[in-house]
Amino acid sequence: MSRSNVRKKINLTFPQHLIKEPVVYNVGRKFNVVTNIRTASVTDEIGIMALEITGEEEEYQKAVEYLREIGVRVDPIEMDIVE
Amino acid sequence: MGFVDGLQCRECGRKYEVSPVYVCEFCFGPLEVMYRYDEIRERVTVGEIMHRPKTMWRYRELLPLDQEPTVGLEVGFTPLVEAHHLAEVMGVRELYIKNDSVNYPTLSFKDRVVSVALSKAKEFGFKVVACASTGNLANSVAALAASAGLDSYVFVPFDLEQGKILGTLIYGTNLIGVRGSYDEVNRLCSEIAQNLEWGFVNINLRPFYAEGSKTFGFEIAEQMGWKLPRHVVVPMAGGSLITKIWKAFRELEELGFLNGTSAKIYGAQASGSSPITVALKEGQDLIKPQKPHTIAKSLAIGNPADGYYSLKVMRESEGWGEDVTDAEIIQAMKLLAKTEGIFTETAGGVTVGVTQKLVRQGVIPRDESILICITGNGLKTQEAVMGQVGEPVIIEPNINEFQRVARLRGPL
Repeated sequence: MSRSNVRKKINLTFPQHLIKEPVVYNVGRKFNVVTNIRTASVTDEIGIMALEITGEEEEYQKAVEYLREIGVRVDPIEMDIVE
Repeated sequence: MGFVDGLQCRECGRKYEVSPVYVCEFCFGPLEVMYRYDEIRERVTVGEIMHRPKTMWRYRELLPLDQEPTVGLEVGFTPLVEAHHLAEVMGVRELYIKNDSVNYPTLSFKDRVVSVALSKAKEFGFKVVACASTGNLANSVAALAASAGLDSYVFVPFDLEQGKILGTLIYGTNLIGVRGSYDEVNRLCSEIAQNLEWGFVNINLRPFYAEGSKTFGFEIAEQMGWKLPRHVVVPMAGGSLITKIWKAFRELEELGFLNGTSAKIYGAQASGSSPITVALKEGQDLIKPQKPHTIAKSLAIGNPADGYYSLKVMRESEGWGEDVTDAEIIQAMKLLAKTEGIFTETAGGVTVGVTQKLVRQGVIPRDESILICITGNGLKTQEAVMGQVGEPVIIEPNINEFQRVARLRGPL
């Protein structure tokens, strides 16, 4: 697995049950990545966030896997590209 | 010849020089091409436009190229027809179809956006262009890249139907089947776009690519006599087309080219992939992603990049939106073919079906002008109507047999 550093721009969609959870904080605690929130919009039903994640490739992949496992939708910042 | 004033973030307003970038470095919002409208107003008139060749490039001052276009020189200026028979069936007074199902060269509106993307790719010096697509975009990129002498790569889910693959492979593109879900194809292509110096038409060329859709709107205005239909119904996949048709109308108003009233814009989706119309009907601003499940594959985008902006267009224009079921889509495809002789793909069935629904609901009045945007050809989605259009009548080779059948069917 590559040990090179990556800086990724991703779009997160939080379902209702995670809106009040400190998800991004937990990602920073569990994995060796730096998270940087660029924009966020939150209602009582959904949360959408543009996030930059910096770290080693392997840690980035683990962080993304964790987010998906707990129910956060993770897309590249471009969203759906298959047209 | 260019009148581009740079790129600007749609969210925070930050400005950028023209380059193959597509997200704001500050807030990650999408970038939009900006123009020097004052200069355009001084340099071009309606009369001059009307004397130019009948292609999308007659509006070139409002397209994001610095030089003359080099790809897709014959694209666009597709027919806009009055649909008398369909109007009668729908019970409306005045109905038009803008018909990109016959666009050159690959029979969809994608030829517009790809022509701009590839012309711009050449300006930037890209030697390889790419896209991720299951249908119209793949056909268009492969075809136009071939005509432009560019290498191209098209990424598809590995289990895509043979018929769709054929329509792209024939042009000699490098077709890569990705063993994974649509989400995984999205992620891979995003990564490739970041790591290789390729012109990914709807990633790093996206701000330029998207501008090509404005020509659909410019042509509507010109072909209606430099005025707008009162109600315009547009299919929504990622949501880019509807925002660009609105931008096109606004630009023509800004330049003083239009007479009469403004248009109300209506978005059309398939019920099996309707994240935008759901948000619209719930009065939300944020789009909840869906897992698409519809025969309208070209509209099957679960997390539309321009969803939020599509909502703004429908609301600002005082339009609305609706979605229709797969059964309604098929019924609408057949209706359009039988009344107007236009065989559109499933996305066109969505748009016709939604128009019918909005008229029945009283959202679109019956006595005002309505235009339906048809974006692709039915030959591309034949499987959707397989077994739904009847069978040929088989007879023995004699006239009595034929007359018997004809009497039963009515003409004799």
